[in-house]
Amino acid sequence: MKLNIDGLLVYFPYDYIYPEQYSYMLELKKTLDAKGHGVLEMPSGTGKTISLLSLIVAYQTTFPLEVTKLIYCSRTVPEIEKVVEELRKLIDYYAKETGAKSNFLALALSSRKNLCIHPEVSALRFGKEVDGKCHSLTASYIRAQRHSNPAQPVCMFYEEFDSVGRQVPIPSGIYNLDDLKDFGRRKGWCPYFAARYAILHANIVVYSYHYLLDPKIADLVSKELAKKSVVVFDEAHNIDNVCIDSMSVNITRRTLDRSQANVETLQNTINRIKETDAAKLKEEYRRLVEGLKEANVARETDIYLSNPVLPDEILKEAIPGSIRTAEHFVGFMKRFLEYLKSRLRIHHVVQESAPQFLKDIFEKVCIDRKPLRFCAERLRSLLRTLEIADIADFSAITLISHFATLVSTYSKGFTIIIEPFEDRTPTIANPVLHFSCMDPSIAIKPVFGRFQSVIITSGTLSPLDIYPRILDFRPVTVASFTMTLARTCLCPLIVGRGNDQVAMTSKFETREDFAVIRNYGNLLLEMSAIVPDGIVAFFTSYIYMENIVASWYEQAILENIQRNKLIFIETQDAAETSMALEKYQEACENGRGAILLSVARGKVSEGIDFVHHFGRAVIMFGVPYVYTQSRILKARLEYLRDQFQIRENDFLTFDAMRHAAQCVGRAIRGKTDYGLLIFADKRYARADKRGKLPRWIQEHLTDGSLNLTIDETVQLSKHFLRQMAQPFRREDQLGLSLLTLEQLQSEDMLQKIAKIAQQA
Amino acid sequence: MASLSEEVLLVVKRVRQRKQDGTLYMMAERIAWGPEGKDRFPVSHLYADIRCQKISPDGKAKIQLQLVLHTGESSTFHFANESTALKDRDATKELLQQLLPRFKKKANKELEEKNRMLQEDPVLFQLYKDLVVSQVISAEEFWANRLSLSSVENSLSNDSKQEVGISAAFLADIRPQTDGCNGLRYNLTSDIIESIFRTYPTVKQKYAENVPHNLTEKEFWTHFFQSHYFHRDRLNTGQQDIFSECAKQDEKGLKSMVTQGVKNPMVDLLALEDKTLDEGYGTAAAPSTSNVTKTLRENSNCAIIKRFNHHSAMVLAAGLRRAEPCSDQTSETSSTDGNSRDSDLFQPPLKKVKLQEAIEYDDLQSDCRRKPISLNLKKSDRYSHGPVPLQSQPYTSSQDILNSIAVIQQEMKSYKPRLTQVMSSSAASSAITSLSPGGVLMQGGSQQTVNQLVPSDVQSELKHLYTAAGELLRHFWTCFPVNTLFLEEKVVKMQSNLERFQLTKLRPFQEKIQRQYLSANLTAHLEEMLQAAYSKFQAWQSRRMMRKT
Repeated sequence: MKLNIDGLLVYFPYDYIYPEQYSYMLELKKTLDAKGHGVLEMPSGTGKTISLLSLIVAYQTTFPLEVTKLIYCSRTVPEIEKVVEELRKLIDYYAKETGAKSNFLALALSSRKNLCIHPEVSALRFGKEVDGKCHSLTASYIRAQRHSNPAQPVCMFYEEFDSVGRQVPIPSGIYNLDDLKDFGRRKGWCPYFAARYAILHANIVVYSYHYLLDPKIADLVSKELAKKSVVVFDEAHNIDNVCIDSMSVNITRRTLDRSQANVETLQNTINRIKETDAAKLKEEYRRLVEGLKEANVARETDIYLSNPVLPDEILKEAIPGSIRTAEHFVGFMKRFLEYLKSRLRIHHVVQESAPQFLKDIFEKVCIDRKPLRFCAERLRSLLRTLEIADIADFSAITLISHFATLVSTYSKGFTIIIEPFEDRTPTIANPVLHFSCMDPSIAIKPVFGRFQSVIITSGTLSPLDIYPRILDFRPVTVASFTMTLARTCLCPLIVGRGNDQVAMTSKFETREDFAVIRNYGNLLLEMSAIVPDGIVAFFTSYIYMENIVASWYEQAILENIQRNKLIFIETQDAAETSMALEKYQEACENGRGAILLSVARGKVSEGIDFVHHFGRAVIMFGVPYVYTQSRILKARLEYLRDQFQIRENDFLTFDAMRHAAQCVGRAIRGKTDYGLLIFADKRYARADKRGKLPRWIQEHLTDGSLNLTIDETVQLSKHFLRQMAQPFRREDQLGLSLLTLEQLQSEDMLQKIAKIAQQA
Repeated sequence: MASLSEEVLLVVKRVRQRKQDGTLYMMAERIAWGPEGKDRFPVSHLYADIRCQKISPDGKAKIQLQLVLHTGESSTFHFANESTALKDRDATKELLQQLLPRFKKKANKELEEKNRMLQEDPVLFQLYKDLVVSQVISAEEFWANRLSLSSVENSLSNDSKQEVGISAAFLADIRPQTDGCNGLRYNLTSDIIESIFRTYPTVKQKYAENVPHNLTEKEFWTHFFQSHYFHRDRLNTGQQDIFSECAKQDEKGLKSMVTQGVKNPMVDLLALEDKTLDEGYGTAAAPSTSNVTKTLRENSNCAIIKRFNHHSAMVLAAGLRRAEPCSDQTSETSSTDGNSRDSDLFQPPLKKVKLQEAIEYDDLQSDCRRKPISLNLKKSDRYSHGPVPLQSQPYTSSQDILNSIAVIQQEMKSYKPRLTQVMSSSAASSAITSLSPGGVLMQGGSQQTVNQLVPSDVQSELKHLYTAAGELLRHFWTCFPVNTLFLEEKVVKMQSNLERFQLTKLRPFQEKIQRQYLSANLTAHLEEMLQAAYSKFQAWQSRRMMRKT
């Protein structure tokens, strides 16, 4: 249908529309008009993606000069592919309605592992191997060597692309990952580099967060994207952690040992080259004197050694004299390593800030701040000069150099924690230096600064005001949308007590309590008897799950559950869990029914949807607080308090609740879907916890479902499931939660829609 | 002991029932108890009626055996012979154990099956009424080849009847009980054993290897329950038993399953993440490099979790295993020719399908278009050409057909009516009449009028007659070629059945329609069919006579 969104003609590729989609588009339009940033929360399963795409594509076609590009960031590969497929649907609809073939170019970009078509390289299993092998075939000096030595193996696909592909742009169309590969095979071009090149002139780019947030990658891939772009972060409830992760470094003794070996190798190589080809080193020296400008015209294939610091910090000066010659630099690195080693030789925990660290290093080994800042850049140059083939071997020294650059660049927002041993095993020395970022806004700041509009959206962003604070930006629109429902297809219940009235909670003091564990088991057992098909249960941590499973096993609770359903359990091994997941789905599919025991914050809770019969009930055992004893977390909480005036408890609860909401939200993927959302911890009933749940869950949480016993839960669930099992037709929804074009245009409906969006 | 022409399998003396001494007899089909010195059996149960037997625990003073019937009643026998009571009881128990399953399955299943078939199929029910209730043929005859037929059907299309899966908790049903002197007793039933075998083929293999030449059955299961394999969570290393190999094989199977990866890309956690952080980055604590830190308890917890995953996978697989051989066969036969795999080409790759599924909002779409089921062709050739008779016929390939159509089309294009040489108008109109409904060339059209001519009750009666006759004739014709004595008997019986049918059913009907002045040829076809059968019978009989003389 064709919609009129505040004067903008929007093509929407369906015949019906949810009211909240319309409302969402209105808010989005406002944000784009204002050229500002937005935070929009709308439950998943209400067609968020298609609404976003429809509106932004319409905006792009109507105002081609205002918005030139859409950069759509999602988290996982399947998500990325889903977005592209939805886009394909939209563009097909455009073509059908307007009759003209659009000249839209949209493509997905992913890592080499997902795009490589080189027969040998693509056969490798791990992303890192693929990257390394690719690098060894396409690095600039390797290709230069080929001129003198034709036997040197190179990647034909890259060569073909390099010689032809740049002149001929990819024809317009929608390219998913597989389409890119097909295209690459047809043309004989490398799909990865073709895609990376094509994102510069593409109308829509879909890729993962890292390409924009991780400075090491963003610098290479996303540097030249136009300012007049709209950036969308979908599923953005975890965006702060992505930012922090990309800027944090951990150094163990093993890292140092390997770096030591790396340095030795470098030393030897330098000596060898000095005898044979001293001119090369001289040439490098000259370049370094001239400054890094030239060096910064990075060959796109030399991806490995990028700068960990953000694009606008890129060094404009020449590398300081003290590390300009290769030997000096190697000596410098040696000294730095020795210093780090001495720091790891401690017996108590040390926590210090970056300036303290710099002061200490200056006093102890006379290393200045300035050369440290250039470490990453200098190492990159050196490795290129030395023509090191397999850079993957040098990951340890690279890490050290990144650490050096980061620690000397940022005086705020980071902390250094040196722990001599793990908390659980105080007898085994395993010293680690954590250099951890505490301020997610550091990584995301250039994104907000550079692009015209940044939209942060997800199904769980409550409470809405916290994201602008921790990411440090001023949004023009902040809104939360509910799910309009013709029947209440979600049933959140808070179970606080067992039938024996013992409080159910995963609180630290009582979590190992026999009665609590037994009650949790009874809850699962009772639910397994009444819920059809699939049940997913989430625990607060992996260790907790292991313990509970073990004691359920001893108490023969699991046996009784097995009478009703098959049991599958997430493990720490991803491959094993994938298999368990597939079997779980199979068991749901063939009617046997199954239970999946899983972990909040785990991979399953983040990336797998349990649509329809794959998840008829989700049980959240306990409140998934992060492990609060970690020093890194403590430091971060302190920082949040000092910098953003966010109290520790508020943040912890916010973090726990977003994960809980994320877990239970996995089961509801649309209005025809239905599911029980069971929060098994009495603490959920408190106002401070409940208030932090997304609005679309809170709305259905009545006072009558706050502190239930297991029996009451079973009764309510039975009732709910029986209701849901009734046939649900389109007519039931129409006019309430599903609108035709005429219905949408009526006056009172527009008034109703205005109420859907709640401004924060 | 007057009554018994039955075979007596076991006699146990001094068995008390309701405080009365007596003797327990186990016959081929029933178990009976009679009081001392009397000829009658106050207690007699058919094995088929018995649901289960229970025995008193070992330590108890009274050694008893209880039989629970399907009706819910039960009778208890007390073995009172002091010296051999236990032995007697166990002998009885063993024998019952062997006998009960045999009867249990047969009796109930058959009846249920018959009932179900009659309920599900109204036509069959009518037929049953027509033939059996009116005593044209006996019930046994009626079912004789019905049941076998349906079981054949079942094995061919296994959707009509499902294989019963395995309860995931079958190991939990073996409640170990302490026997009072530091030992455990496990109660195994044949169902549980079958479940174990189906779920863990390796155990079955071991069983086949070792029982009975190396171990007795009892020893085998004792080993099984003692083994590290059964108590996978408890880590007793080093103990070598026959099941350690099973455990290893299972481990291997699990590993291969894991390395095979998953088919559905949407659940592949390995491919989920687009760009993982390099080693050393991130705030999450790096996984500890040494596994020394793992405590014993954690290890055993891990083992439990692994075991549950494996167990569930095996149970799931056991449920599906039955279906496999069938599909294997087809793939085998089809792989003999070259184009077996072209069925794959028609199906969009799994990933595409899953993606489409994931982005679909069926309530937003205007009409819930049902997705067409894509045709799964093993041999596309066969589909496009259809079954070709074996006689050597001029073979028209689709190309030929297309060519000839093209030729005709061309001719039609260049066709010009020669207006000077046309038919006379009378010839044309007669041709049209003979081509219109009712005309000479359209005689078939009159058939439709049966609908209007005949009242509906007669119609339905006719239908019933047809089905009944069809059923009988089917029975009749299946006897040919008559090559066994049984078939000979049957064909004669069927012949008489047919005659009886004609006499008791067909004749009255014919008279009835005559009374209503309907055209008699309504039943002509039925008569014809019967005549054909008679003449066949006559021919067969005369040939038999000739052979005999």
